[in-house]
Amino acid sequence: MWLVDLGAHVLEKVQALGRAALMLVGAIVVVPQPKKNLPLVIKQIYVVGVQSLLIIIVSGLFIGMVMALQGYTILVDYGAEDSLGPMVALSLLRELGPVVTALLFAGRAGSALTAEIGLMKATEQLSSLEMMAIDPLRRVIAPRFWAGIISMPMLAILFSTVGILGGHLVGVDWLGVDSGSYWSIMQATVELDVDVLNGVIKSIVFAVVVTWIAVFKGYDCLPTSEGISKATTETVVHASLAVLGLDFILTALMFGME
Amino acid sequence: MLTRKIELMVGVFAALTIAAVLILAMNVANTGMSGNGETYRLLAKFDNIGGLKARSAVKVGGVVVGRVTAIELDPQDYTPVVTLTISKDYINFPETSSAAILTSGLLGEQYVGLQPGFSFDGIEMLKEGDYIEDTKSALVLENLIGQFLFSKSND
Repeated sequence: MWLVDLGAHVLEKVQALGRAALMLVGAIVVVPQPKKNLPLVIKQIYVVGVQSLLIIIVSGLFIGMVMALQGYTILVDYGAEDSLGPMVALSLLRELGPVVTALLFAGRAGSALTAEIGLMKATEQLSSLEMMAIDPLRRVIAPRFWAGIISMPMLAILFSTVGILGGHLVGVDWLGVDSGSYWSIMQATVELDVDVLNGVIKSIVFAVVVTWIAVFKGYDCLPTSEGISKATTETVVHASLAVLGLDFILTALMFGME
Repeated sequence: MLTRKIELMVGVFAALTIAAVLILAMNVANTGMSGNGETYRLLAKFDNIGGLKARSAVKVGGVVVGRVTAIELDPQDYTPVVTLTISKDYINFPETSSAAILTSGLLGEQYVGLQPGFSFDGIEMLKEGDYIEDTKSALVLENLIGQFLFSKSND
């Protein structure tokens, strides 16, 4: 009976959602112990944030450059190449910065988090922590979760900034758009408390979703080599889909109702 | 030694982010209103506001002095009422000032141009909530073309 299969499938998904919520609550609803936990979080910011810096900066530079090139060829037909600055800046700050950063972050850092936690589970390091009366949720999951939430908005801001500079490189230094109008029209169009702030809010939401999925898939995986590989794949796929879907909803809420 | 290196790198990461935020704040975005942030509101009725939107600029001689914060329809006579929020740095507009809806460039965005009037004895300054009496509506290109064709056909 296909109805039975469907029902079993739905129940399984709902149970996984419940386990994910319980894991998150167990990891973050605790008395804060900054002395003990801050070094752990900083170590994880190094792993997920600093080590993603290179790929984020290089991608941001190239995306900004390619947008300036594409935008210029279209805008120049209308004599509107002065609007290149706001075009590059708004697309990066509102959409591409948060979204591409989240996708790259899921591939670069999210998969590594899942694999690391999954391997800890497979080699029974998590159980040994429990044997020593150390809560693995607080010792292993929480620092990684917080590090992801702190790192990703920072990476998204860097991505947008580098992209705008890359757009300047191609648009102004190569294609000959006036440097003054690149910056001044951008300044006249971009609002700090609308465009920049909403981009940062987006990337915080994406950070929660991607990091949550990544640590949960690792924590919940089958403790076998096959299970870890499946969980790592699922992290990248589910996180990317969640980011793209949420992006539409957030954009509709932020910019669609004017 | 290893933790020191990690802390250093995270510090560099944070410093880079702060630098990026500063670039965004100083070079890329405008922070809304210029001046010390204190504002007052003037009202103006137009026959037609064209493509004017909330957050459009209010300019005097090309210098931004404020923003359009609300556009509503007067329920009595169905004319649009535009609320202009102007920085307190520019407080002395005489009652004889006029407001016009202008376009920057041929296809540019529309803004409100304020023209300060002459002030002599008996003329008061505009205060919070006052109406600017002398207004000029937006030019609507379709109407212009229509008038042009109509006057041609009369020849």
